[in-house]
Amino acid sequence: MRDTLLSIRHLSIALPAGADRDYAVEDISYDVARGEIMCVVGESGSGKSMAANALMGLLPKGVRATGGEIDFDGQDLLSLTEKQHRDLRGLRIGMIFQEPMTALNPLMRVGDQIGEVFEAHNRLTPKERQARALELLVEVGIPQPEKAIRAYPFELSGGQRQRVMIAMALALEPELLIADEPTTALDVTTQAQILDLIGDLQRRHGMAVMFITHDFGVVAEIADRVCVMRHGRIVELGAAQTVLSSPQDPYTRDLIEAIPSDVIPEARGAETDTPLLEVSGLDKVFRSRGGLFKPSREVHALRDVSFSLVKGETIGIVGESGSGKSTLGRCVVRLERPDRGTLSLSGTDFMHLRGEALRRERHRVQMIFQDPYASLNPRTRVGMAIAQGPIANGMARPEALARADELLELVGLGGTADRFPHEFSGGQRQRIGIARALAMNPELIVADEAVSALDVSIQAQILDLLEELKQKLSLSLLFITHDLRVAAQICDRIIVMQHGRVVEQGPAREVFLAPREAYTRQLLEAIPGREHELADA
Amino acid sequence: MLYARLIVSRLLKAVIVLFMIIIFNFFLIQLAPGDPAAILAGEAGATDAEFLRQLTERFGLDQPLHVQLWRYVSGVAMLDFGFSYRQQVPVLDLILERLPATLLLTGTAFVLSLVLGIVAGSLAAARVKKPSGSIIMALALIFYATPLFWVALMAVVLFSVYLDWLPAYGMYTVGAGLEGFAFALDVGKHLILPATTLALFFMAIYTRMTRASMLEAAQQDFVKTARAKGLKNSVIQRRHILRNALLPIITLAGLQAGQMVGGAILTETVFAWPGIGRLMFEALQQRDYNLLLGIFFFSAALVIVFNIITDLVYRLADPRIKEAS
Repeated sequence: MRDTLLSIRHLSIALPAGADRDYAVEDISYDVARGEIMCVVGESGSGKSMAANALMGLLPKGVRATGGEIDFDGQDLLSLTEKQHRDLRGLRIGMIFQEPMTALNPLMRVGDQIGEVFEAHNRLTPKERQARALELLVEVGIPQPEKAIRAYPFELSGGQRQRVMIAMALALEPELLIADEPTTALDVTTQAQILDLIGDLQRRHGMAVMFITHDFGVVAEIADRVCVMRHGRIVELGAAQTVLSSPQDPYTRDLIEAIPSDVIPEARGAETDTPLLEVSGLDKVFRSRGGLFKPSREVHALRDVSFSLVKGETIGIVGESGSGKSTLGRCVVRLERPDRGTLSLSGTDFMHLRGEALRRERHRVQMIFQDPYASLNPRTRVGMAIAQGPIANGMARPEALARADELLELVGLGGTADRFPHEFSGGQRQRIGIARALAMNPELIVADEAVSALDVSIQAQILDLLEELKQKLSLSLLFITHDLRVAAQICDRIIVMQHGRVVEQGPAREVFLAPREAYTRQLLEAIPGREHELADA
Repeated sequence: MLYARLIVSRLLKAVIVLFMIIIFNFFLIQLAPGDPAAILAGEAGATDAEFLRQLTERFGLDQPLHVQLWRYVSGVAMLDFGFSYRQQVPVLDLILERLPATLLLTGTAFVLSLVLGIVAGSLAAARVKKPSGSIIMALALIFYATPLFWVALMAVVLFSVYLDWLPAYGMYTVGAGLEGFAFALDVGKHLILPATTLALFFMAIYTRMTRASMLEAAQQDFVKTARAKGLKNSVIQRRHILRNALLPIITLAGLQAGQMVGGAILTETVFAWPGIGRLMFEALQQRDYNLLLGIFFFSAALVIVFNIITDLVYRLADPRIKEAS
């Protein structure tokens, strides 16, 4: 029996009146032993972060623990005063968060932010603090630590910032590290590195880690034990191997199955070979506008990109952030104008169209955006949001609204046309986004990270919907994603991009099974949970 | 090095902007109705056409417009703003005589409003939803909504007439012949009422803005990080929340600082403060074009200077700006 460090017993946390349920978590109990990695898994709204916030004393305003206890090394954390809690934070319990972009103070140097941890607990002199900060930066593997210590957060990449966060959390060698979705916002390769780092540090320091995530791939990668949560309750709790290989609860099974287990796409061929979209030699350079006395700067977003897409085909464009994949998508729908190259749509030169001619052709290519929250006008009813496109193209208003109703029906949201976007969940909003794209009767849909912001089970539903609509309406799809697992699920062909260039392209099955390029192999190896046989059951 | 280049480039731009302002102002004045020579002559009680012609000739008003413009612009380039038609003194002397008084008044008011506004705003942000926080905001709203001249008059009635603590008008006690420290103290006493009055309005704005900005900054993720480190609440408020909340305040302060020359006319009038504001008002009434143009030039120059200073301060406060420049 291992030594229990943290023991949560019958914990209930109440939400403020008017929330969609009474309790964020209800009667949950689990332990974390010294030196183990405990993964708390759940989708958004499952309450998976709540216990962690409660034990840190960082619950949001209006949310409070109403029952049960959290025992940390013999101390009941729920009965601590604010001062006692503060002394514990950073010293015995460290925490890292999801968003490395916003979790660091933008106006303070990295070294000072790490030094603050020592200052908060009155350790060391200011000079020693900086020396320790440097050691920590070396330990978390930041390149050029002497420079990084003097850097401001905006000068570091997302992965580097997350390393800084880890350095901060580790500064005082806490016994427990809480990691709240620390890799969700990162690219696959960076995610793999950060997971390695956390595992490595955990072993070296013998810490207990409470790792909160929505991703079973990550669980397979690092967890000793798993706690699966849904709607504020624990549905399954056990050793990682057992839960992954023989999940008992149907919900757990669903979650695991929602992740394509073997990441090997089926061999699929396009039904036709009529080319729809032909792109060749596309170049796009972004120049920051130089001022009177200011030199301009150039970023090559696309370099000599060529590919073609036949009717009825789904092409996946995969790459990490900064690879130019989104720019390519925006060029295809002509939100950006490429500098050089050709872009033709069933023979029509789409790239040099202007003004009225462009407006007439535009409906043929439509886009679905990444953020279902930001891509809908909060003050426009969804029926109208869908109808606006056709109306702008000359359809009569009543007719366009009737069509919007039909489209909402088609995406499974019938009878909701007069609601506002905030009345829908993320997945439902993405369905609205799809309906909006379909309203223009497009031949090609460009989906830019269309499912990246969604929970896995919702992701699967949206992907199914896209597949179904594609068949029904004989659409073609350009699917831009950083997530190779998603790409594997629906793409016929894959284009791998890096630094604005096409690294590799080919049928999905070939790219996944026999990648020719080192970079593709690197991306594939970085997929979390890849070596594990997930959901064999 | 970076700053040196930045300042040089800004100054060059400033010269171009100032040049355009000079030309624009020159034509603007030409559009104004009323002939300065006629007004001067009228005040002198002379209706003699010959006298009028002499006056016109002396001021160069009989020359074609482009010649007048050329004379003016080349004069300004050598810091010669011409003669005041009315007072027969170089415009530069008149302005330089009045400028210190105005800068003392507006500068004091500026610092006062900024410091008090930020302090009051931070306190209100830390006490959100508590009675003490609401009281601060209510006071800020009252100062914001009350007309400046009325506050000024009431302050005079209360502190000068009724309580007799502070002088009611002027910049120093006339005829007291004070020197050194005693003189400074005397001026300081005269300064309190006008400076406070002028500061109240902007203080109210800074208070509201600081509070709103801090409440917004408090929602940011890095505040949660700071709490997870175990930092004290006061340290988090000051170092993490306030510092980030100050950025929009700097922009606003830059705008206020730019108004330092022209923004105090009302206060100067009520308190009989011998500043630029009153000089400008008189010049306007007397069609003293040269003087008016000179004052316009100085206020424009000050706006530009404070714009540059604001830019530099903003860069110091926010390291991210450097990258963009």
